[in-house]
Amino acid sequence: MIYEVFRQERKGQPFQHAGSFHAPAQDFAETYAREFYGRRAESVALWVVPRDAVVEIDDFADELGRTYHRVDGYSLKGKLKEARERAGTTAV
Amino acid sequence: MSGPERPRSELLLELADDELVLGWRNSEWTGVAPFLEEDVAFSSIAQNEIGHARALYELAAAELGTTADELAFDRDPDEYRSAPLVELRRLEWARTIARHFLYETADGVRIDALKRSADVEIAGLAAKIDREEIYHRMHAEMWLDRLQDTHDGTSRLREAVEELWPYALGVLDDELRPVWLEHVRARLAFPLPEGEPVTRGQHSAELRELWEEMTSVRRSAPAGASW
Repeated sequence: MIYEVFRQERKGQPFQHAGSFHAPAQDFAETYAREFYGRRAESVALWVVPRDAVVEIDDFADELGRTYHRVDGYSLKGKLKEARERAGTTAV
Repeated sequence: MSGPERPRSELLLELADDELVLGWRNSEWTGVAPFLEEDVAFSSIAQNEIGHARALYELAAAELGTTADELAFDRDPDEYRSAPLVELRRLEWARTIARHFLYETADGVRIDALKRSADVEIAGLAAKIDREEIYHRMHAEMWLDRLQDTHDGTSRLREAVEELWPYALGVLDDELRPVWLEHVRARLAFPLPEGEPVTRGQHSAELRELWEEMTSVRRSAPAGASW
């Protein structure tokens, strides 16, 4: 079975994908995760997940080419500031 | 471990030599372990053992007025105090796992006793070493359980344990051996074999071969060379 491993470098930081490996069972996976991603003080925590448990979504419908839904090339900063002023709220 | 009359350095050298020789033997799987993940894991364990040996040699060296390197590499093979179990060269996986389990279990019993030692230096180092050894024992036990999951695995393991048994009996002294036997009995799916211990002080020809290789770099350089 393939296991995916996510590691956290410091407390409070997001977990990031570290890599994957084959392991015959969960106890092996835990041992290998420690050896691969945890023995050089490079992680404070690991998530070890069977690949089958990962829900992957890779279809995003955009049949009509509505490019105005996209955020690329669109500067939000100024517009957000104006909107906030109108609403009387301040940036967090 | 045994009586208080026993010199501390002698005990430290037994432990250090076991860890050095077994670390060397385990490292012989690097690149050729049954699969990649295990290759990495087993090589890490080998590195840990060498690290433990170094710390133990340093403690012994301070007492004997020498250095860890001199203790590790400049003694004659006959002067090593390692248990014959760790000297055997068995590049076969069932035997490797059997030795791994039998040794790590014995080492756990020994370290546990040392953690309660009145000697604070030894107790402190034992506690430190044990924090890594826990993972070695977990690794050994997961493989043991895996092998014993099937009939074929069990019979291969059994054959290996039976072959190694007299050597395994020789790792610990009479005081700690019964504790170890209980741990081993609880884990094995078959009855314990019988036999007489092959104790420390007897060395196999395999140790000399290992020593020749292990010390070859050291011996090739003039005494006192710095790196």
